[in-house]
Amino acid sequence: MSEIILETKDLGITFGGLKAAQNVNIKIKKNQIYGLIGPNGAGKTTIFNLLTGVYKPTAGTFYLCGEELKGLPQDKINHKGIARTFQNIRLFNNMSVVRNVMVGLHDRPEYKCTVFETLFRLPRHFKVEKEMRAKAKELLKIFDLEDERNNLACNLPYGKQRKLEIARALATNPKLLLLDEPAAGMNPNETEDLVKTIQFIRDNFDMTILLIEHDMKFVQGLCDEITVLNFGTVLAEGDTKTALSDPEVIKAYIGG
Amino acid sequence: MFKKFKINHYINYIIIGIMTAVLAAITLTGGRLDSSFIYMLEKMAISIILAVSLSLVVGFLGELSLGHAGFMCVGAYLGGKTACLLEPLLGNGILTFIISILVGAAVAAVCGIIIGIPALRLRGDYLAIVTLAFGEIVKSLFQNTSEESFGGTLGLDTPRYDKKYLFIFAFILVLVTLAVVQNFIRSKHGRAVTAIRDNEIAARATGINVTKYKLLTFTLSATFAGVAGVLYSFSNYTVQSLTFGYNYSIDILVMVVLGGMGSINGSIIAATLITFLDIKLATVLTGDLAVLQNLIYALILIIIVVYNNAPALKGFREKYNLNIFMRKLLRHKHDPSKIKDDAAKWDVVPTKIEMNEVLSIDLTPPEARDLTGKGGKK
Repeated sequence: MSEIILETKDLGITFGGLKAAQNVNIKIKKNQIYGLIGPNGAGKTTIFNLLTGVYKPTAGTFYLCGEELKGLPQDKINHKGIARTFQNIRLFNNMSVVRNVMVGLHDRPEYKCTVFETLFRLPRHFKVEKEMRAKAKELLKIFDLEDERNNLACNLPYGKQRKLEIARALATNPKLLLLDEPAAGMNPNETEDLVKTIQFIRDNFDMTILLIEHDMKFVQGLCDEITVLNFGTVLAEGDTKTALSDPEVIKAYIGG
Repeated sequence: MFKKFKINHYINYIIIGIMTAVLAAITLTGGRLDSSFIYMLEKMAISIILAVSLSLVVGFLGELSLGHAGFMCVGAYLGGKTACLLEPLLGNGILTFIISILVGAAVAAVCGIIIGIPALRLRGDYLAIVTLAFGEIVKSLFQNTSEESFGGTLGLDTPRYDKKYLFIFAFILVLVTLAVVQNFIRSKHGRAVTAIRDNEIAARATGINVTKYKLLTFTLSATFAGVAGVLYSFSNYTVQSLTFGYNYSIDILVMVVLGGMGSINGSIIAATLITFLDIKLATVLTGDLAVLQNLIYALILIIIVVYNNAPALKGFREKYNLNIFMRKLLRHKHDPSKIKDDAAKWDVVPTKIEMNEVLSIDLTPPEARDLTGKGGKK
């Protein structure tokens, strides 16, 4: 029996009268790749926003490794171990690739350095800067971005921007990685590459991954378990194959 | 840590340092500098401190603050008052000067925190309005104080220093400001601030405490505005609240914008040139021509802005680019990926497909191809 990383209990949020998500119960075990799918407007990204603290849930709660994180601000939730990427890529466009990753490393306890120390250029500033740069390079090497480390992030091609966003999220040393439509806008080659990257992350970083995706082939090839959402409620959940062949799910996707 | 001594990181310290040292040497060895020249130097130092500190908020944090003159006003009054109170005790010396500077800076910093906590929840235009209101409130507060406390409408008279030496201290303070601001920007904390400017949502999701860094930057910026205020009070012998109006804040903002957002050297150059222009116009145009002063000032600003941004002048700009000239001078390899100005982004169209891929696709229909499979283009 492996450890449960993320557990949501009756998680829900209403915007005015609109129930964007309700009674969502998800249990993700360690080292799982968990899929969150559903038609447009089903509330998938809303769930991500709830889990990362962008919205405060109006109902229910969620736990990361048994610790309740409901109501914490975004940066605190990130420090506790949930990192995310965005549906529309959000990089620090005017900063170089390596600096993007270094921002991700910013709040790790091992790179702590007070403002006072940096203003007076005490030895720890130089030590921390050097270590951060080395660590960032190491991460970029894994994602095959090392040669581009001095380019501005906005000048990278689309697929590499996606990778950089994942690298930045991993730099924060999360326990759970949330990927919002990582394969969106990618060509088949890039998608294939991405599948390998995600599996690599799980195996080498000992990571648990929750992802939103529309590409069913991608989901089938990658996810161990999925939850299907529609109109903010859970339609089906469980093993990927069984859940996808659920008649309710097919109805929601195809209609009729 | 001294393996790679990057000269362009220290070039501004070196230039300002050498200039100050030379001028100080002239004064200290008994040479006489023109008093109007000294006045201009003091004003330049004040402008540089103001512009560099404001560029922290506008250029690096990406928030618009229109209350910089307000913080300066607080610093000028409190620093000036401290000097008045200390003069009978400590005399008219360096100690009084340093304590006044520290008091002015500290009070401005406290004001920065007090304004920052509620104001930084706002964004963009709203923050600009709040800071603008702060500037006006401070101005009228000091205007309505009693004559014994802060001089009221007549203004506060500050102790008279020997003007010969003030500019030296002013430029030392410029160097201190530069050191603090640049060390802050070129550190992990500065990186976090730039990240907030580039994408606040992503910065939050990456674990950056956005509120903390906004407040820190805002306070740091206010502190140095306070320092500039104290210098101003010493330079002018008198502090009048009307000086620190909305126009003064805009003047500082113009320096930052003209120098290029997020460029400290740019801010320094712009601050120096604008101050020079301002004072020269005021002294050259006398009598009836004095009316033209603001008109000419505005015209020159418009010309600079047009020159910097007009697409038609792009070729000309690139040919006579100070940046590229400096690079050549310092024998840096020209690396287009490292240029941070608009030229780098000018013609980048975000596409999801790499152009090489599109160009390598063979578009000739299969039946038109010859047997070697090279395509039937010939």
